[in-house]
Amino acid sequence: MTEKILTNLRIIDPSQKMDEVGNIIIDNNGKIKSIGKSTKNSDVSKSAEKINCKGNIAIPGIVDMKAFVGEPGFEYKENFRTLSQAALAGGVTSIVTMPNTKPIIDNVSMVDFIIRRGRDKAKVNLFPCASITRQTEGNQMTEFGLLKARGIIGFSDVNKTIQNTELMSRIMNYASDLDVLIMQHAEDYELSKNSCINESEVATRLGLQGVSDIAEKIIIERDLSLLSEYPCRYHINQISAKNSLNVIKKNKSNGIKFSTGVSINNLSLNQNDIGEFRTFLKLSPPLRGEEDRISLIEGIKNDLIDVIVSDHIPEDEESKRLPFAQAATGSIGIETLLSLALELYHNDSLPLEKIIKCLTINPAKILKINKGTLKKGSDADLCIFDLEKPWVVKAENLKSKSKNTAIENRKLQGKVKMTLLNGEVVYSN
Amino acid sequence: MATVKKVSAIKNTPQHLLGIQNLSVQEAKSILTEAKTFIKLNRSSSKKLDLLRGKTQINLFFEPSTRTQSSFDLAGKRLGADVMTMNMNNSALKKGETLIDTAMTLNAMHPDIIVIRHQDSGAPNLLSQKVNCTVINAGDGRREHPTQALLDALTIINRKGNIEGLKIAICGDILHSRVARSNIYLMNMLGAEVNVIAPKTLMPHGIEKLGVKAFTDMKKGLDGCDIVMMLRLQNERMQGSFLPSKREYYEFFGLTPDKLKFANKDALLMHPGPMNRGVEIDTKLADDINVSLVKEQVELGVAVRMACLKLYCK
Repeated sequence: MTEKILTNLRIIDPSQKMDEVGNIIIDNNGKIKSIGKSTKNSDVSKSAEKINCKGNIAIPGIVDMKAFVGEPGFEYKENFRTLSQAALAGGVTSIVTMPNTKPIIDNVSMVDFIIRRGRDKAKVNLFPCASITRQTEGNQMTEFGLLKARGIIGFSDVNKTIQNTELMSRIMNYASDLDVLIMQHAEDYELSKNSCINESEVATRLGLQGVSDIAEKIIIERDLSLLSEYPCRYHINQISAKNSLNVIKKNKSNGIKFSTGVSINNLSLNQNDIGEFRTFLKLSPPLRGEEDRISLIEGIKNDLIDVIVSDHIPEDEESKRLPFAQAATGSIGIETLLSLALELYHNDSLPLEKIIKCLTINPAKILKINKGTLKKGSDADLCIFDLEKPWVVKAENLKSKSKNTAIENRKLQGKVKMTLLNGEVVYSN
Repeated sequence: MATVKKVSAIKNTPQHLLGIQNLSVQEAKSILTEAKTFIKLNRSSSKKLDLLRGKTQINLFFEPSTRTQSSFDLAGKRLGADVMTMNMNNSALKKGETLIDTAMTLNAMHPDIIVIRHQDSGAPNLLSQKVNCTVINAGDGRREHPTQALLDALTIINRKGNIEGLKIAICGDILHSRVARSNIYLMNMLGAEVNVIAPKTLMPHGIEKLGVKAFTDMKKGLDGCDIVMMLRLQNERMQGSFLPSKREYYEFFGLTPDKLKFANKDALLMHPGPMNRGVEIDTKLADDINVSLVKEQVELGVAVRMACLKLYCK
C-alpha cells in the first residue's frame, strides 16, 4: 500500500494525552509514521495519498471488550461479516468476542476454527475469549494455559457467573500464575432467579419479577475478597448499580487491583425506558434507576469504571417477540456505541477525552494489546467522526444482521465518517 | 327478550381493555354504570340479549380458571355472542407454537373479541399489538386483572352506595397478586383510601408509590377500614420460601372474627377466590352472609364482564 496523509484533523489520543489539530501520516506498512500539529504535508512523498478530513475528529480505532458474534451456531443472528460491517460503521476496529456460541468456545480446536474463520470473513481485529468453565456450566475450569497459547485473549462465562466460591478461588489462584484475564459477570443466581428487570416500582407496576442490585454487589464483594488473597488479572464485565460502585471504590482505595466495565446501555438508559414491555430493553445486568445511571457516569469520571462496552447481543425477532419474561436478553449496539457515548459529551455528562479513553486505550491496556493508541509506530487503526452530525437511529439502516436495537428512533449527534484498519480505509460515508 | 336502557358508550372507545392503569376515571365509571344495568337482567328469568349477535368471542385461557372463565363465557352468551373457550394448557403451545403464532392463527378466523388469561405479565399487551380485534385482559401474570377490580368496585358500590371516601384494606399475598394491583389503581381512582397488609416477604418493592399505605400488622392496617379484601396465598407462584408455615401465616395474617374487629363495625369482607380456608380466612367468616360479599362478587362479575364486552366490542 502507498503512504497516506490525513489532513485537517482534530486528533484526540488519550494514550499520549493528545488533543490537537494536525495531520496523520501512515507509512506503507499501515503504521503511524507521524502524528500531530508538527506533521506537515511536506513530510510525505509526492505519490502519497492525501485525504482531507475537513476538520473531523480522529481517535484510535475503538476497542469493544464485549460483543457476541453468532458464529458458530447462531449465524442467523450475526456472522463475522455482518459483525465487522456493523463494527466498522461504528468506528470499532478491535472486538473481543464472547465464547457462548454453539458449540461453546472452551477447547483449543474451537479456537483454531474461530481464528481462521474470523481471519477469512471479518475485516476487523478479533480477540476471541474462551469460557472460564467448560460449557459455561460453572463446574470445571477450562485449559487456560493451552487456550492462551492458541490466541485466547481472556476468559469469560459471558452472562453467567461462577457461583461456586471455592471454584472461583481456584480459578483466580490458577490464573494468577498464567497471567490470564478473568472477566466475571456479577450476578448471584439465588437472588436473581426468574428475574427479568430491576427490582423497583417499575417491576411492581409491570408485574415482573425484579432483581435487587444486591445480587450484583454480593458477587463483586466476594470476588474482590478472593482477589486480595489470589491477585490475578480480574475484570468485572459490566456493573449497573450505585451500590456496586461503593464496593469498587472501597476496594480500590485498599489497593486491590482490578478493572471494571459498563455497558453503554446502562449509561444512557434507565428502567423507565422499558415502557410497556419493550423487550429490546431487556438486558443483563438490567437497566436500573436514574440514580444508578448517574452514579455510573460519576464512576467513569472518578476512574472507578475503566471501560465502556457495547454489550452487542444480536437476537432475531422471534426471540424478542414474546412476553417480557420469556423474551431473550440483550440488544445490539456496536454500531451505535460511539454515537451514543457522544451523547454523554453533548449533554455535559462527561468530557470527550474521558469517553475516548474508556473506548480505546483503557480496554487495550486491560487486554494487554497494542491497540487503542496512535503513538508513532502503532497500527494505523483509526476512527474519524463528525462530532456534531445529527442523525436518527433506525434499525433498518443498521448493518447488524439482527435489528434489536435498544435505541430505535433516538436522535443522536455525532457520526463516524471513516474507519481505517492498518492504514486502509475500510469504511466511509 | 328483556330490554336494557341505553347508556352512552365510551367516547373514543379504546380498542382494548388491558388494565386499569390505561383507564381514565370516565371510562371506569361508564363501565360501572353500564354494568349496573345488567344486574337486574341477570336476576330475571329471561337473560338473553342480542347486543352482540353475530359477534365471535374467543376465550383464550393459558392458565386454569374457574370463575373468570365461566363468567366471561356466560357474559358473552347472554349478550348473544358466539363464544368459544380455548383451554391452552394442552394445545399448540405445548408443541412449541408461540403466543404470537397462536394469536395470528385465531386472528385469521376473524374474531371480534379475544379474552386472554396468561401466566406472563404483559402477554395481553403483546397480543393486542398483533391482532385486529378487541383484546380483554382476564388476568396476566402478577400485573393486572381489570375486570376483577371492576366487579369488586361494583360490589362495593352496590352495598355502600359509593367508593369515594371509603377506606379499603387489601390483605395477603400482594407480591404475586394482579388483583391487588388492579384494585389499588381502581380504588384510588374512584377516591378511596387504600391500605395494603402483608408480611414483608410478600410486599412488592415500591408499593407505596402506587398510592397506598403499607402495613405488616393487621391491627394497624385494618384500623378504620370499611372493606377488607383478602387475597389468596398463591402457592403456585411462590418459588422458594416466603413464609415459615401456613400456620404462622394464619396466626398473623389470617382473617378471623377477632381480627375483623380492628376494622369498622360495619366492615364488609371480600375475596376474589378461590379461598384457602384456614390459611388466609376463617371458614365461618367466609360463609357469614352478614359480612362476606364473596357470592355477590361472583354474581356481579357477570354483569361487569357483559358491560366490558358491550363497550369494547367494535
